[in-house]
Amino acid sequence: MTAPLDQTTHELPLKQVRKALPHDSAEKHVSGTATYIDDMAEPVGTLHVVPGWERRATRGRIQSIDLEDVRNAPGVVAVLTAEDVPGTNDCSSAFGDDPVLASGEVLFFGQVIFAVVAETREAARRAALLAKIDISPITPILTVEDAEDADTTVLPDYQFRRGSPETGMTASTSLLDGSMRIGGQEHFYLEGQVAMAQPQEDGGMLVYSSTQHPTEIQHTVAKVLGVPDARITAEVRRMGGGFGGKESQANQWAALASIAAQITGKSCKLRLDRDDDMIMTGKRHDFRVDWKVGHDGTGKIRAVEMEFLSRCGYSVDLSLGVNDRTLFHADSSYFYPDAQIRSRRLRTDTCSNTAFRGFGGPQGMLAAERMIDAIAISVGKDPLEIRKLNFYDGEQNLTPFGMPVEEYEVMHDLIAQLEESSSYWDRREAITAFNAENAVLKKGLALTPVKFGISFTLKHLNQAGALVHLYTDGSIHLNHGGTEMGQGLYQKVAQVVAEEFGVTLDKVHITATNTSKVPNTGPTAASSGTDLNAMAAKLAAKEIRNRLTTFLCEQHQCGEEAIHFGDNKVLIGEQSFTLAEIAKQAHMARIQMSHAGFYATPGITWDRDSATGRPFYYFAFGGACAEVTIDTMTGEMTVDRVDILHDVGHSLNPAIDLGQIEGGFVQGMGWLTTEELIWDEAGRLRTHAPSTYKIPTASDIPEDFTVNLYEGSGNPQATVYRSKAVGEPPVMLANAVFCAITDAVASLNPGEVPTLDAPATPEAIMKAVQDMRRRRAT
Amino acid sequence: MRDTIRFLKGGQVVELSNVGPSETLLDYLRLRRMETGTKEGCGEGDCGACTVALGRLQGGRIVYQPVNSCIQLLGMIDGAELVTVEDLIEDKRLHPVQRAMVDLHGSQCGFCTPGFIMTLFTLYHAEGEHKSRKTVTEWLAGNLCRCTGYRPIIDAALEACFEAADDAFTWRSKQTRESLQMLADSRDVFLGDSNKFFSSPATLDGLAALFGQHPDATLVSGATDVGLWITKQLRDLKKMIWLGRIEGLDRVEESPSGVLIGATATYQATESAMNALSPNLAELWRRIGSKQVRASGTVGGNIANGSPIGDTPPALIALGTTLELHSAEGSRALPLEDFFIDYGKQDRRPGEFVTGLFVPRLSANQAFRCYKISKRFDQDISSVMGAFRFTVAPDATIIEARVAYGGMAGTPKRAFETEAALVGVSLEDPSTWGTAMQSLLSDFTPLTDMRASSEYRMETARALLAKALMEVSGTAPEDIRVLARREAGHDRAA
Repeated sequence: MTAPLDQTTHELPLKQVRKALPHDSAEKHVSGTATYIDDMAEPVGTLHVVPGWERRATRGRIQSIDLEDVRNAPGVVAVLTAEDVPGTNDCSSAFGDDPVLASGEVLFFGQVIFAVVAETREAARRAALLAKIDISPITPILTVEDAEDADTTVLPDYQFRRGSPETGMTASTSLLDGSMRIGGQEHFYLEGQVAMAQPQEDGGMLVYSSTQHPTEIQHTVAKVLGVPDARITAEVRRMGGGFGGKESQANQWAALASIAAQITGKSCKLRLDRDDDMIMTGKRHDFRVDWKVGHDGTGKIRAVEMEFLSRCGYSVDLSLGVNDRTLFHADSSYFYPDAQIRSRRLRTDTCSNTAFRGFGGPQGMLAAERMIDAIAISVGKDPLEIRKLNFYDGEQNLTPFGMPVEEYEVMHDLIAQLEESSSYWDRREAITAFNAENAVLKKGLALTPVKFGISFTLKHLNQAGALVHLYTDGSIHLNHGGTEMGQGLYQKVAQVVAEEFGVTLDKVHITATNTSKVPNTGPTAASSGTDLNAMAAKLAAKEIRNRLTTFLCEQHQCGEEAIHFGDNKVLIGEQSFTLAEIAKQAHMARIQMSHAGFYATPGITWDRDSATGRPFYYFAFGGACAEVTIDTMTGEMTVDRVDILHDVGHSLNPAIDLGQIEGGFVQGMGWLTTEELIWDEAGRLRTHAPSTYKIPTASDIPEDFTVNLYEGSGNPQATVYRSKAVGEPPVMLANAVFCAITDAVASLNPGEVPTLDAPATPEAIMKAVQDMRRRRAT
Repeated sequence: MRDTIRFLKGGQVVELSNVGPSETLLDYLRLRRMETGTKEGCGEGDCGACTVALGRLQGGRIVYQPVNSCIQLLGMIDGAELVTVEDLIEDKRLHPVQRAMVDLHGSQCGFCTPGFIMTLFTLYHAEGEHKSRKTVTEWLAGNLCRCTGYRPIIDAALEACFEAADDAFTWRSKQTRESLQMLADSRDVFLGDSNKFFSSPATLDGLAALFGQHPDATLVSGATDVGLWITKQLRDLKKMIWLGRIEGLDRVEESPSGVLIGATATYQATESAMNALSPNLAELWRRIGSKQVRASGTVGGNIANGSPIGDTPPALIALGTTLELHSAEGSRALPLEDFFIDYGKQDRRPGEFVTGLFVPRLSANQAFRCYKISKRFDQDISSVMGAFRFTVAPDATIIEARVAYGGMAGTPKRAFETEAALVGVSLEDPSTWGTAMQSLLSDFTPLTDMRASSEYRMETARALLAKALMEVSGTAPEDIRVLARREAGHDRAA
């Protein structure tokens, strides 16, 4: 079933949708009563699981494991190793290469080798330190270059190719090339990974997991326990942040808690220590991007060759989709006449990199912005001019993967509005003057676009279900397959359902996502949570309302047009009833008042093997203008002003959308500035706590920070109330900050392209500054 | 002798006799009281999710400070009013800071929110804070949020925190003051036995005697470092002596010659004295840890445990600070730089403890500058910390220099060769500065670690010396600190 087309451009007055309502849990958040898994009352006798690992090992064969002291430690009830896994020792999403417990070999620093089950978490943590594990080390493959040399990949190379970039390069007047490094990113969800498994009758297991993908938790637990899916129920009410880090990487902890629960027969909880969490779980992929661009001398791109070399870590995890999305976004918003965009998915002996808000897209787009900056600097024009010169337009609107950018006018209009509202050109002049007067501090300015494809590029994930019940007292039970990680999905879906029934939100009871209510769901990811689940819930509510309407038409011998649901009432001609009264009557007449809604995104036809078809339902657009100041003696940097204009179609909830935009931008800014992951030469992560890994804090955001929603004609596709997805696209607004830093460095030596890598830490900025000075000296 | 700890919560006195030497306040709240509103985010005092407020009497007034409960020992709340997020709702109505956070959309995933609420609660009750964005971000630097991007939280703080406090805590403040006065006694506190105890002597002599008997005990002041030995290193600390109740040890005495800082004076408590010594020092103080860390952490503790990542020692060394140590055998004083012998090794004898520091004031012909370089401005540990005191003759020649760096060696360290090379340098003639800059190469061989590379550290050390000379000499025509510029409101070019 696909969406009924909601073709009216002028809408009926909406009562719940479009309102800037607070998050459904806001009052619980501020009063400390919102329950996260570690806050749930534990069944009597609950045991605690702590993973054990070997701090001296990166990669190597396990020669021996002596767990005697662990077993004998106070409070220890059981110790688990790979041999204790009742079913399959794998917690991967698809590729079968993620052991729950290491077997024979340690594949990366932080791999779990055993697990301690004890009466208290503290007892388990202390016992876990007592293992004696002997590992014969193998020289680890750590960097992109190591993996290239060893030619190790987790997946085959993939590419988009259009026309002949070779011919295009020959035909170009000017050629530029370069290489840049783009760092990874730790999710740093404030609530770490956690799961609690409770054994049920008949070999069943109820698993509470902080996960974006309850269905995958269900599958994983069934697989590791060796039982049918139907015996396992996964539930999550809310996560304390996800950002992609709990899409596949919540599996292992739910699996370990469940194995422990099955073996001991007790409820078992596993909550990772923050350092373990940061060491053991995957991160945003880091890249080296080698690029070459040919243009016509004025800056108009003729041909592009890009190669994206990513560090996937020891296993596949979600690296296929992530790296594909990098390629899908390597064009940013620019038309490449001839192009070859390649991806290598390198295998390294490090944690398995995974989904992170933007899912590979940010790295692709940042590389495109570097090419644009390089062209602009080398031809002596403002980067914004070169950006606009290469924008998709009416003639040139096919992406390298063959999908047209139908809404190019939205992109042009949005950027033009931002250019105006941010006073870009006045500030450009002022900044040029500032830089002429100041020797130590330099300012930079950049205005960059965002175009982000909405839909899972794995077609089958673009489906969702919802379960709606109307009870005889007029209250509504709402359940769907999407998970709440702070993004306000539950609230948005509830607003849509309330709208459908014509009731206020207090009549809609939001319930925890649970695999026994809505089965076979996809992850809450790819920004698709609302598009999919709100539509499924809307369809479910609509179906129940239609049944009531049919019933009332028969009862009152009237046409459908005489029936109106609104303001917590049902109007039948001149008569007014409460929804409860109607529900009671319908129940007496034996009308079913429960429905499972189902939605599958229409129009998606992507075929990966032939690289043809349409991967995205639509694009979301945005733009950001950032101004920075750098200190050319120390590399310190401040973000002084940011202006953002972002396209969410017609917003379902402007307050929630604004929160997503601001939060996404700041998270992206952290990725590109202060957040630096450092592995030492032995492959050990050194930045495994907030003391050493620095996400933005309140003083890092610009005081002058203006964020607006783009007011357009709504999503041209028939999405729920013509809204657009908003979860991931704002992350890439932060490219403006990185490009502004590049601009500031570029002012030191006009005509030379800075070699700035991401993240632009003080040290990275100083490196680029010194490189500019050296080049000026020679 | 008292064998319990006592504190106030929700208007009631709580008295506990079973307190483990290393039991944290967060574990007490979550595991013993089953009050789960307070969250654990990192377990090392860096994210603020576990923030609670402690109210104590200061000059007859109740002052609420935010602290990280994950690294606060339970025994350390003796004599205080403990306020957690559960205590804020009065008569089913949200507290003004809670209301503002809801109305202005200050929460998304909500996990960090109770911590923010508690920091905002302390700001709500703070007196004399200037209503500004800068004040708010300074208070919030120790609370990380990964969802909102902070703007709505800052707005909520500006909305709710700068009106005259009017909540249940002000309504019952008279009663609270009386209860706190009643709880304040001068008895030694000792819970446990001679093999395993939490204790809190009330006098310096009591401490000397107890530490003399148990030289293997852990002395703890603010626990901002010791807390991590417990939560992260899982050290089994069986004997804990908390210094926080020793009378007079938290003194901060300003005199014409300098400032005397007692060993248990917190960063917070020394802020205004530091400000009077030098605005540079005030700026550094503001960037040490977070509000939570500065409310608990002590200058003396930072020095006593020889933490190689302390940001205060380079500045204090450059200022010519002396350290006082005490034991049952008596007292001695030594220049601060001599205390740091090597990485993790200090000149502290068994049974000896730090009692205080003396920081001399600058004389009229002295100029002081210090700089902290870190990946993030707030609540980060420096990659390089540089501090400089130049004594300048009327002809603008440097006649004496004290130069100290952090992050350049295993300990905070003076740059003796550079100091020597600076003598005779003319502030008015930058061409005379080169030798001193070169000398840093012989003074230091910095390491590469997760904070910075050896090369960057060396280059930055030289840049900071250059910056100090430029600023002191006035040869730089502009304000050459990026942060100072931002804070002065010069951040818009147009």
